[in-house]
Amino acid sequence: MTTAGIETTVKPPEPHGESDGNNWRKYFSFSTDHKVIGIQYLVTSFLFYLIGGLLAEGVRVELATPDPDFVDPQLYNGLFTVHATVMIFLWIVPGTAGFANYVIPLAIGAKDMAFPRLNAVGFWLIPPGGILLLSSFFVGAPGAGWTSYPPLSVVGDKAGQLLWILSVLVLGTSSILGAINFLSTILKMRIPDMELNDMPLFCWAMLAASALILVSTPVLAGALILLCFDLMAGTPFFNPMAGGDPVVYQHMFWFYSHPAVYIMILPVFGMISEIIPVHARKPIFGYQAIAYSSLAISFLGLIVWAHHMFTSGTPGWLRMFFMIATMAIAVPTGIKVFSWVATIWGGKLRLNSAMLFAIGFVSMFLVGGLSGVMLASVPFDIHVHDTYFIVAHLHYVLFGGSVFGIYAAVYHWFPKMTGRMMNEFWGKVHFFLTFFGFNLCFLPMHWLGLQGMPRRVAQYNPEFATVNMVCTVGSFILAISTLPFLFNAIWSWIAGPKASANPWRALTLEWQTSSPPPVENFIEEPVLWSGPYEYGIDTLSDRQSVDELLTEVKGEV
Amino acid sequence: MKIPNVITAMLAGIILTLASLWFGQNHGLMPVAASEEAPLVDDLFNAMMTIAAGLFILVQGALVISIIKFRKRPGDETDAFPVDGNLSLEIVWTAIPVVIVLGLSVYSFEVYNSMGGLDPMASHDHGPHQMAMTSGAAIAAPLPGMEDTMPPATEQKIALGVGASPENQGNPADLEVNVMGLQFAWIFTYPESGVVSGELHIPAGKEVQLNIAAQDVLHAFWVPQFRLKQDAIPARTTELRFKPKVPGDYPVVCAELCGAYHGAMQTRVVVETPEDFEAWLQTQIALQKDAASQTVAMNPGELSDGEFLTPFVRDMGIDSAALEQLHPPAHHEHHNS
Ligand code: HEM
Ligand SMILES: [Cu+2]
Ligand SMILES: [Cu+2]
Repeated sequence: MTTAGIETTVKPPEPHGESDGNNWRKYFSFSTDHKVIGIQYLVTSFLFYLIGGLLAEGVRVELATPDPDFVDPQLYNGLFTVHATVMIFLWIVPGTAGFANYVIPLAIGAKDMAFPRLNAVGFWLIPPGGILLLSSFFVGAPGAGWTSYPPLSVVGDKAGQLLWILSVLVLGTSSILGAINFLSTILKMRIPDMELNDMPLFCWAMLAASALILVSTPVLAGALILLCFDLMAGTPFFNPMAGGDPVVYQHMFWFYSHPAVYIMILPVFGMISEIIPVHARKPIFGYQAIAYSSLAISFLGLIVWAHHMFTSGTPGWLRMFFMIATMAIAVPTGIKVFSWVATIWGGKLRLNSAMLFAIGFVSMFLVGGLSGVMLASVPFDIHVHDTYFIVAHLHYVLFGGSVFGIYAAVYHWFPKMTGRMMNEFWGKVHFFLTFFGFNLCFLPMHWLGLQGMPRRVAQYNPEFATVNMVCTVGSFILAISTLPFLFNAIWSWIAGPKASANPWRALTLEWQTSSPPPVENFIEEPVLWSGPYEYGIDTLSDRQSVDELLTEVKGEV
Repeated sequence: MKIPNVITAMLAGIILTLASLWFGQNHGLMPVAASEEAPLVDDLFNAMMTIAAGLFILVQGALVISIIKFRKRPGDETDAFPVDGNLSLEIVWTAIPVVIVLGLSVYSFEVYNSMGGLDPMASHDHGPHQMAMTSGAAIAAPLPGMEDTMPPATEQKIALGVGASPENQGNPADLEVNVMGLQFAWIFTYPESGVVSGELHIPAGKEVQLNIAAQDVLHAFWVPQFRLKQDAIPARTTELRFKPKVPGDYPVVCAELCGAYHGAMQTRVVVETPEDFEAWLQTQIALQKDAASQTVAMNPGELSDGEFLTPFVRDMGIDSAALEQLHPPAHHEHHNS
C-alpha cells in the first residue's frame, strides 16, 4: 500500500536493529516508523501519567482532612478536572494506542501501519494537546470536572475552559486518526495466510475499539464545539436561561464517554488475552468467544450511555431501557473474565512481573465489573450516583483494569521493544506495592459513597475523616510504587541484560523477528507457522513441540 | 471426576453459597434507612451483594488456587496440557450471567416501580420551559407574600424524577415543598404556608413531595438515609416523592458539582412527628410575619441577587463572608449508624 513510497525515503535497513536502536534522536523526529511512533506514544503518555499522578496526590492531600485547607477550592476543582482529563486522554488512550502501534503491525507480519504519515500526525497531536491542557493552570484551570457539564462550565473562567475544550478536540482528533489507521492496518495488511480467525486477539480488540472511536468521537467533538460557542459567543445551545437545554449536552457527552470507557479497556482486554496464554503455557480458552465478545461489547457500548444520567433530566422509561441495556453488557464482559480464568486454570504459570500484573488485572477488573452491574440498577444507582462509590468503581476498572493491564504489557513487550530484559525482582516489588496501595486507596471508597460522601468535594463531614486518611495513605503508597518501575525501566533500557528474539517462547509473529526488530520489521517475509496460541502441543505426541517449532522458525530469522 | 473431587467441589459450593448469603445480609455498608422506600433499595442491594460475593469468591478463589497449584515447578520448562475451549462450559458461563442480569433487571424494575419511578406524572420529559417569565427576580422560589405567582400546590404538575408509588398515584401528596438549589445553598419553601427555610422539616409517616429547581447551575438533592437523589436543573422542575419514616436529623447533600464550594453545600433534613412538625411550622409562620412586615415594600425584581438573598442567608446561618473564609459550615449531628 502506501508504504512503498515511504520506504524509499527511509535509510537502507541495517541487518541488526540494534545499532539503529542507539540513535535516540529518531524519537524526537517526525518518524513514520510505527515502532518509533509506538515508543513515542508510550514514553509521552507515561510522562503525562506522572503529571496526572501528581495532580491526584494534590487531591488526596486536600482530602486527608475534612477541611478545605490545602489548596484554594477553585484550584482543587482544577486539580481533579485536569487529573481526570490527563489520565483519560493523555495516558490510557494514547498509552494503549502506543502498544497497538508497536505490536499490531508486527503481530500481523506487516512492514508498517497502513498510513505511516497519518500515524505520525496522530502522535504529534498529543504533545500540543497536553501542553494546551496543562497551560490552563496559568490562566485558571477548568473546574467543571472532566464531564464539563453546562451551565457550570460556561459560567466560570473562560480561558481555562476554552483551553480544556481545545485540548480535548485535538486529542480526540489524534484518537480518530489512530483508529482509521488501526482498522485499515488490521483489515488490509495481514500476511496473506492470516485469516481473521488466525489473528491474535489484540487485533480483534483493536478492531472493536477503533470502530467505537470512529462512531462516537465525532459526537463528542460536536458537543464540545457547541459548548465552545456557548462559552465564547454566548449562544444558548445548552443555556437554560435562554431556552437551551443542558441535558442535551449530557446525552451528547456520554454518547462518546461511555464508549470511551470501552475505548480504554478493550485494547487492554486484547493485550491481556495475549499475555496470559504465553506465561500460562496454555492456549487461550475460547478464542472465538473472546473475539466476538469484543464486538458485542463494542455494539452494546453504544446504547448504554444514559446510565450516567439516571438522576438527571431523564424520564422513567428511559432509565429502565438503559438499565437493561447496561446489564446486558455484563454478559460479554463476564465471558472474557471466565475465559481468562479458565486459561490460567491448569496452566504452568510463570509468575513473572508480566503475569502477576495480568492476574492482578483480572482480579481487580472483576471488582469493578461487579460494582458496574450494581450501578446499572436504577434504584441503587440513584443512591450512589456522583458519590465516592462511583470513584471506587471507575478506579477499579480504569486503574485496576487498564493501568494494571498496561503494566503487564510493558513487562511483556519491553524485551521486544528495547532488546533488553527488565529486572524481575524490582518488577515484583512494583507489583506488590501497586496492588497493596491500590486496594488501600480505593476499596474503602465504596463505603464512603454508600455512607453519604459525594464526589468532587474539597471538604466533607468529619465522620469520614479516618477512612479518607486511609485512602490518602494508600495513594502515597501508589505514588511510591511507580518509582521501582521508573528506575527499573530506565536502567534496563540502558544496561539491562540483552534479550533474545523470543525470550518468552511466544508464538505470535512479533516474537519471530529480532529484538528490537529491524526498521523493515522482518528481514524475510514471516511465515505463519502455527496459530497464535498453540501452546502445549508438545504434550500431544503427534505434533511438533513448541520448541521445535520455534527453533525451526529461528533458523529463518 | 474422582469421588473425592466431587465431594470437595460440593463442599466448596456449599461454603461459597453460605458465605455469600451471610455477606449479602451482614455487610453493614448502608447508613440507616429512614424512608419507606429505603428498605426496598437495601433489599435490592443485599441481593446484588450476595450475587457479587458469590462471583467474587468463585473467580478470586480460582485465581488463588491456580497461583498455588498451577505455578511452574522448578526445572519444568514444558507447556501445560492444551485445552482451548469447552463448549458446554462456555454455554454455562454465558447462560448464568444472562439469567442473573435478567433477574436483576426485573427485580430492579419492580423496586423502581414501587418507589414511584414510573408514575406518569413523574416520568415524562416535557423539555425545558422558558425561564423568561421569572427573569427579573430570576428566582423561582416564591418570596413570602409572593406565593400567588406560583402554581397552587394542588395543581398536578408534570416533572421528572421519582413520583408517587403506584397505590398513591393520582392523589396529591400530604405535603409539598419547593426546593431551590443555588450556589451554594438549599432553600425550602412551603407553598401552603409561605414558610421559607434553609432546613427541610418534614413529618414522619406522611407523603412528601419535593419540587426541585435550580437557580444557576446543576445541583443534586441527595439524602443518603432516604436513598433518594435527583438533579436540580435550571428551567426544569424535577421531583422526589417519598414517605419519611424514622424521625431524626439527616444531611441534605448536594451531589452534583456546582462550583468551588460544592462540598459546603449541605444542610439538614429533620424528620419529626407530625405534631412537632406542625409546631415548627407555626413558629416559622410567626417569625416570617415579623420579617415580612419589614420588607413588604420591596420589589424583588429591583434587587441584586445578593440583596435578594440576604434575608434567607441570615436565616440559614451562612453568609458570604463565611463562604469566602473557606470554612465548612457547621456540621450538623445526624444519625448515621
Ligand atoms: C460490567 C461492565 C460495566 C458496567 C455494567 C458499568 C456500569 C457503570 C454505570 C452504570 C456507571 C454510572 C454510575 C453513575 O455515575 O451513577 C458507571 C460509571 C463509570 N464507569 Fe462503568 N461499568 C462497567 C465497566 C466499566 C469499564 C470497563 C470502565 C472503564 C475501563 C468503566 C468506567 C467508568 C467510569 C470512568 C465511570 C464514571 C464516569 C463519571 O461519572 O465520571 N466502567 N459504570
Ligand atoms: Cu458508562
Ligand atoms: Cu453542589
